[in-house]
Amino acid sequence: MTIIDFIHALTEYDFLQKSLVTSVMVGIICGVIGCFIILRGMSLMGDAISHAVLPGVAISYLLGINFFIGAVATGLLTALGIGFVSQNSRIKNDTAIGILFTSAFALGIILISFLRSSSDLYHILFGNVLAVRPSDMWMTLAIGLIVLAAIFLFYKELLVTSFDPTMAAAYGLSTRLIHYLLMTMLTLVTVASLQTVGIILVVAMLITPAATAYLLTNRLSRMIFLSAGLGTISSVVGLYFSFTYNLSSGASIVLVATALFALVFIFSPRHGLLRKWKSAKKELTT
Amino acid sequence: MLHAVEVDQLSVSYFETTALERLSVRLTSGQLIGIIGPNGAGKSTFIKAIMGLIPAEATSIRLLGQSAKQARTQVAYVPQRSAIDWDFPIRVIDAVLIGCYPQLGLFKRPTKQHRMRARACLDRVGMLDYADRQIGELSGGQQQRVFLARALAQEADLLLLDEPFVGVDAGSEGVIIDLLRVLRDEGKTILVVHHDLSKAADYFDTLLLLNRRIISVGPPQDVLHADLIEAAYGNPLAFLQKVEVSS
Repeated sequence: MTIIDFIHALTEYDFLQKSLVTSVMVGIICGVIGCFIILRGMSLMGDAISHAVLPGVAISYLLGINFFIGAVATGLLTALGIGFVSQNSRIKNDTAIGILFTSAFALGIILISFLRSSSDLYHILFGNVLAVRPSDMWMTLAIGLIVLAAIFLFYKELLVTSFDPTMAAAYGLSTRLIHYLLMTMLTLVTVASLQTVGIILVVAMLITPAATAYLLTNRLSRMIFLSAGLGTISSVVGLYFSFTYNLSSGASIVLVATALFALVFIFSPRHGLLRKWKSAKKELTT
Repeated sequence: MLHAVEVDQLSVSYFETTALERLSVRLTSGQLIGIIGPNGAGKSTFIKAIMGLIPAEATSIRLLGQSAKQARTQVAYVPQRSAIDWDFPIRVIDAVLIGCYPQLGLFKRPTKQHRMRARACLDRVGMLDYADRQIGELSGGQQQRVFLARALAQEADLLLLDEPFVGVDAGSEGVIIDLLRVLRDEGKTILVVHHDLSKAADYFDTLLLLNRRIISVGPPQDVLHADLIEAAYGNPLAFLQKVEVSS
């Protein structure tokens, strides 16, 4: 099947359109939030929060409430727990992250296994974008708009707390508040990404496009747009492969993002491998 | 006489170790003040404590005649170079523009006027030609000047600089100290954490010699005495050796 067939299928099948809209939105918001995650050196935290959403999803099913509420609750509780453990003991932050997110995740797996079939667990863990329901799509769009609006409104604060948190704190900005704002957005983005890439791989969508953009520009504003663009491309191309060759949607999307990263890692005009080798050679010859 | 910094009974401890112990000091405004002392004496801790960045106990901390909390937008801080991620995707001009943030409220964006102010501040430190560079592309001295420009953009009356001359070439060091003197003459109070004793007498109007508590405070000729240096460093030659090396 060719790309033309894919486009034809897009016009034909309603479910495919919904998948496309949803995965594009996920690509954008993951790309945008991801920039702040990697610049703050919080990649592991991104991984942690996305996993910590699982017990919340399970509890929500159990109580019959919208799984957003549960997901945000356990995601934030885990973020608070990590902060509490690392601030109140000699345990380092990354160790605290390791302990708490695996516990939350383990709890989630047990809860889910009580409640639902293993195929549901599989979909939550790995995503199944081709099964997006209209309600999922609207929810993803709504989350996307909220997250983008928050980033737009707090851009200045996010920038200064990422770049120079000491100065931010010195002039009275609550770096802790901004941290938990970002953690809230992270849980929202994870929930929005459940259908497309799933819990396990959402961290790739947070980190890889942002890291790719980071190698392409020296300006945060451009990095954010590039990252969103790269996330979108990964989503669309990944969806194409997933639909055409019947592959796991999350895995396809992530591998496209990785391929883009590899290209940029080698060829980036500013920070690419080739550029580094060339300038190293120049230094040797002069 | 107005005091830029008034601290009473300031103590800071990290877990079981005491970093600063019942420290009281008054520093006159409009001066260039050096904070000196051996490694681990609590110099940076002192600065961070008066800014309210770390938990501290004190009977009172007043900056510029106000409570530390009220004064905080009028206090500019220039961090140690090692505290900054120099690969951060930010241009020189945008880093300076951050100096305007404390005056902007939530949700407010820097305007054209703020950008003009940032450019003017960059010009004052002689770095306007580098406005569009990424901050990591500059030398150590240039980076320090950019952060000084940021402090200028903040239009603060009290400037706190943490080891501004570390990893800075002699030329930039001269530019920075000249600029600090100009700012002092404009009436600003400048506190500099400094470890090179040999130049301390040259650079500062007042020295604050610390080692967990205040060993001495006053004009350099009074503070740089062998017995006081010994009390702080445990070695009277700490000062003499450094002077010999530099002369």
